Parts: sequence; C-alpha cells; structure tokens
Amino acid sequence: MELSTLQIIWFALWGLLWAVYFMLDGFDFGAGMLLPVLAQSDTDRRVIINTLGPVWDGNEVWLITAGGATFAAFPTTYAYMFSWLYLPLLAILFCLIFRGVAFEFRGKKDSDGWRKTWDRVIVTTSFLASLLFGVAFGNIFRGIPINMVNGEFVYEGNFFLLLNPYALLTGIMFVLIFAFHGALWISCKTTGDLQQKAEETHKKLFLLMLAVILLFLIYTWFDTYLFVNYMELPAWFLVVALCAAAFIAAGFMKGVKAFLLSCAGIVLTVFTGIIGLFPNLIPSNIAPEFSLTAFNSSSSQYTLTIMTFVVLIFVPIVIIYQAWTYYIFRHPVRPEDVADPDVETY
Amino acid sequence: MDAIALSRLQFALTAGFHWLFVPLTLGLIILVAIMETMYVRTGDRVYLNMTKFWGKLFLINFAVGVVTGITLEFQFGMNWAEYSKYVGDIFGAPLAIEATVAFFLESTFLGIWIFGWKKIGKKTHLFSVWMVALGSNLSALWILIANAWMQHPVGYVLKDGRAEMVDFAALIFSSHAWAKFFHAVSSGWVVASFFVMGVSAYHLLRKNETDFFKRSLKFGAVFGLAASLFLALIGDTSGVQVAETQPSKFAAMESLWETQSGAPEYMLAIPDSKNERNTIEILPIPKLASFLAFHDWNAEVKGLKEFAPDMRPPVGLTFFSFRAMVGLGTYFILAAALALFFIRKGTIQDKPWFLKVLLFSIPLPYIAGEVGWIVAEVGRQPWIVYGLMKTSDAVSKNLTVAHVVLSLVGFVAFYGLLGIIDFMLLAKYAKKGPEKA
Repeated sequence: MELSTLQIIWFALWGLLWAVYFMLDGFDFGAGMLLPVLAQSDTDRRVIINTLGPVWDGNEVWLITAGGATFAAFPTTYAYMFSWLYLPLLAILFCLIFRGVAFEFRGKKDSDGWRKTWDRVIVTTSFLASLLFGVAFGNIFRGIPINMVNGEFVYEGNFFLLLNPYALLTGIMFVLIFAFHGALWISCKTTGDLQQKAEETHKKLFLLMLAVILLFLIYTWFDTYLFVNYMELPAWFLVVALCAAAFIAAGFMKGVKAFLLSCAGIVLTVFTGIIGLFPNLIPSNIAPEFSLTAFNSSSSQYTLTIMTFVVLIFVPIVIIYQAWTYYIFRHPVRPEDVADPDVETY
Repeated sequence: MDAIALSRLQFALTAGFHWLFVPLTLGLIILVAIMETMYVRTGDRVYLNMTKFWGKLFLINFAVGVVTGITLEFQFGMNWAEYSKYVGDIFGAPLAIEATVAFFLESTFLGIWIFGWKKIGKKTHLFSVWMVALGSNLSALWILIANAWMQHPVGYVLKDGRAEMVDFAALIFSSHAWAKFFHAVSSGWVVASFFVMGVSAYHLLRKNETDFFKRSLKFGAVFGLAASLFLALIGDTSGVQVAETQPSKFAAMESLWETQSGAPEYMLAIPDSKNERNTIEILPIPKLASFLAFHDWNAEVKGLKEFAPDMRPPVGLTFFSFRAMVGLGTYFILAAALALFFIRKGTIQDKPWFLKVLLFSIPLPYIAGEVGWIVAEVGRQPWIVYGLMKTSDAVSKNLTVAHVVLSLVGFVAFYGLLGIIDFMLLAKYAKKGPEKA
C-alpha cells in the first residue's frame, strides 16, 4: 500500500484506539467517581468496585495500546507530545498508578480507615484522570503553540496555558460523560436500591451532560478549526448527529440498551473530534504548517505495513476474548456475592 | 545535575523499581498454573489451597508491577524524546506489539481467573491461568526484543535522519533478543522459586501446615533448580554475545585494561579509572575471561584502553555488579540443589538451619536481578543504542531541570510509599498462611 494510504489508515486507527479506550475505561472512571454518590454502605462500595473487578485492568490496556501505537506509527508525534505535555502526563500517570493499586489494596486490611483512604483514592483519581484526559484532548482540538525554529518543531506553551477555558470545558464534558456512562454501567450491574439510585443519577446527569455537550460544540465552532473539515464535506455532520442521537436515546432508555447507546455516543464523540482534526495529530495554533500531522510525523511505509498486519490479526482476537469476559460476568453483582468467602473479591 | 543525569537517574529508579515486582510475576504465575493443573488432574484439595494461597500473593505483587510499567512507556516520550524520534520507527513496534499481543492477554485473563472461580468450569479456569502465564512471559519477550535492539541494533537503515526498520524478522529473531529474554524470564523464575521456598521455610520452621508447605517447597526446589541451571547456561550465551558485539561492556565487566590473549578472570579487583589500571587484583583464574568471552581459552579480549575514556562505561559499577550477579547465580544452583536433596531424603523439616538459609535467601534473587540489569544498562554507556546513538543525545530538548526534579521527587515519594505498603501486605499474607478450607 502507498505510504499516504497507510498514514490515513493509521490516523483512523489512532482515533479508534482512543475511542475504544474511553468507551471502556470511561465507565470505570465514572463508576469510581460516583462511589460516594451512590454507595450508602461498605457493602455498596464493594459491590460497585467488584462490578469493575474483572474488567478494569483489561480496559486500561487499551490506553497502553493507544500509547504504544502512537509510538510505533507516529514516533515524532509521540516524542513531542509526551515531552511537551510532561507535567499533565505525569499527573495522569500518578492517577492511574494509584487508582490501579487502590482496587487491589482496599480489601487487604480489615480497617475502616484503610478502606476509606483507598476509596478516596479511587474517587479522586477517577475524577482527575477523566478531567485531565479531557483537558489534554481539549488542547489537541484547539491546537497548541507549536513553532518552527531552524526546521525543528518547538513548543512555546506552558502548563498554565493548557488550563484554558476551552480545555477545561472539554475536561468537564469528559467528567460528565464518564459519570453518565458509569451510572448506566452500575444500573446494569447491580440490583435493588443501588440499581435504583444509579438509574436516578443517570437521569439527573443526562440534561446536565447534554447542556455541556451543546456548549462544547458551540465553543468549538468559535474557538477551533475543527469544523473546517465538516464544511468541506458536510456529510461528516452525520457523525455528529448520530453522536447526539446516541446520547439522547441513552438518556431516555434504561439498562443494557442505554449503556450500549452511551458506548456508541463516546466512540462517536471521539470521532467527531478526530474527523475535525484530520490530518493533524496535534495542530499548531501559531501556523497550520507547523502542525504535527499523520503525514509529517509517521513511521516508514515498512513499519506501518507491519503494524497494520499486527493490528488486523490481533485486535479482533483481543475483542473476542474481552467480549467473552463481559459475557462471563454478565450477571449483576449482588451484596451476597461479595460476602461469599469462597470467591475472590476486592 | 543536569536534565540528562536526572532523567537517567529517574529511568534507572523507575525501571529498577518495576523490576522488583515483575520477576515474581513472571515466575509465580507459572508455579500457580502448575499447582492448579495438579488440582484439576488429581482433585486433591491441597493443590487448590496452594493455588489460592500463592495466587493471592501473586496478585498483591502483580498490582504494583503492572501499574509501574506504564511509567516506562511514558518516559520514552517524556524524557527521551530525541531517542524516540530517532529510533521510534523500529523501537516503537515491539512496544506496541507487546500491548496488543501480550498485555491484553495477561490482563483480561487475569480478571477471569481472579473472579471466575464459580462462574466458569474448572478446565476453563485452568485455561485462563495458563493464558495469564503465557501473556506475562510473552510480554517480557517483546520488551526484551526492544531492549536487545538497544544493545545490538539490527534490521534498520539510517534514512531521513533516523533509524528506519527494514527487516522485522531480523528484529524479532535477533539472537540477542532471545538470549536476553530467556535470561530475564528465567531470573524471574528463580525469584519466584526462592520466594516460594523461603515462605514455605518460614512456616515449616513454625511447624505450621507442614504438608501444605512441604509440597510447596518441593515445587519451589524443582522449579528453582531447573530455572537456575538454565539461567546460568543462557547467561553464558549472553556473555559471549556481549564480548562479540559490545567489547567495551565486556572489558568493563572484567575490568580489563589491556587487550590480551588468554585473559585471566580476577575474582576481585579494584578498578582505578583515572590511572587506567586496577589498584588491587586478586585470585586470578588464568584464561577464564577469554573463555567466557569466546569459549576459547586463548582468544584475544579487548581491553578498556582500546576505547577513548569518554567511550567507556563506569568500570567499577559494571565490574562489581557482574561479580555479584554471577556469584549469586552460582549460589542459587547450590541452594536449590541442596533443598531438593533434603526433600528427597525427607529430612528438610528437621533442618532448621537450612530452612533459615532459605528464608533469608528470599531477597537474593531480587538483588541478582537488579545488578544484572545494571551490568546490561550501565555497561552499555555511553551509548543508549550501542554504536548508534549516545545517551547524551537522546534526552528531550525542552526538558528543564525543574520538570525532572519535580517528577523525580514524585516518583521517589509515591513509589516509596507503594513499595512499603506492598511489601508489608505481601509479608502479612505470606505469614498468615493458607485459608483453612
């Protein structure tokens, strides 16, 4: 295949990996954030955490894969993005590290203080990671100050510049979408009062989320160049419309159907952004020609070809066994399940 | 210190910390998988309890190992952007493949294994533990392929100002990669064996659950002897590869200054880099260094003086780390063999001195693993990719000292905390012994 074709394929795959990551870890983050809102007792908290138990780690690997794929397919972007966004990425990293061990640690000591500490860690890191991912993507949508000095890309921004209103709004939008998504997950995976509470929270979050998404789209129209691609090919607006339809339907429905619609909504949200970005991976807001794109920062034709084969063979296999996991653990977690001493639980 | 030195320190600390947890993961999951296999085959509940007890320790250890791995992937971009830009075309691929092919397998099936005891059949459950074992060891393979490329770059051309992959097969079938892989994973198997033997010895000393821990100890001893023999054998292969392709590293491992034929191996020497000599050299074994290098007693071995002073690795650190690694490696073979001997005679529970030796041997394979990585990574300096790119050219250009100090302090504080908590939990559950079923 020609290099430019491969670059376009990898641009789409890059977006797809992020989309799947947010679709999956999104409900983990959401459920984590909603812990204090939904859970009344330690049993409730354990039930919620145990709905995530079998799947959260596998979900997070999509991030490692998205990161690894960026490295392999767009090494120049990978190098610049990670070194320029040093501090925010560090913050995300620490969130993910603490969140990961919190699941394992919280049940390992019979003390209320111990469990409360780790619960707080789960809530805080789930919220912060969602916010920071949103801020990061907000900045990518908006572009960052990339200059060109002596033929080299130079970053002229700083940490505080990244906390601009548009990026913060994107961050809040991520938090709300994930909370909405997490509430749906919990409503599908629990029973009784907890389930009812999750359904109520889902309803409450719905309008707020919708309002923020609308605000985000308006702000995007004025503050970014994302809609330029859409004006050139208005058919793309179908993706935005489908995205809105998915979320609205998810708000009016209940249970698994609503959850799946919300999954679709998240994937389409990422694609709404990705379509607007193309071919930029990180646009420069100093001058468009200083942007890091799929065409000026990719690996060689040979490497992209190899990686295409790897992805085409292995990602479907991964999807099959991950789907199987969700099938095995399809039943809701009940309070009596986490009390069973014969079954390993968090 | 400048941003380069700080970034190196940070990578060394975070990678070294990661390697405190990964080896036990690599080895213990195989032992647990074998225990569960015995349970499924024989139906003997003791094997089930063994699976659960060692499995719980596996999980406590796994938690920190898995989250600290992400840090390393992030750092290539954060601190080593010039490196990532220059070699990403070939180096990024094995990392991405690791996540896609191995890490998914490990993480997904681990979830099934932990939570699936009553949800799936016995055989499916057994299958999932083997998938975790396969996934974690495969994961090591891809990471070692990437690392071996830094030691001995193959399958690339220099084009458009960077290293581009032209031969994927050369990358993944590199003999260095496979030697490093087997050396690294078998070191993990040894860590796990000594962990199992040591914890079992602790309980046998207290006459606690004797049957359970005698059986466990036997698992550890058999696996430990096989793994430590294999480790030494493959280590020898690695040594020859180093001598052939990284002569400056080999010279530092031996603290050999002058090029010579039939080079001796000094059991102990104190290198003096300033004056390009050793201040003390004792216990020489004639011609052994030549033999280790090329399997030829009279072969010529290059001395450090062949390389300009700024092209030599830190000699002392490399030399002593190598001595410690080989010394400990020899000890593991002897200790595992002795354990197996006493088990066969049926007298191990009556040898408290030996049980104490096993207990206090738990940290030794960890130390051996750390110093082994020091030989590999410090010995490669000043190169980040041997012969192709220097470490000093690899660091991110925009990096400020303040950034790296901030992250370094964060890592030291947070990792310190996590490390302490995890080792305390590990000790707590190891001492508690199996659940009474």
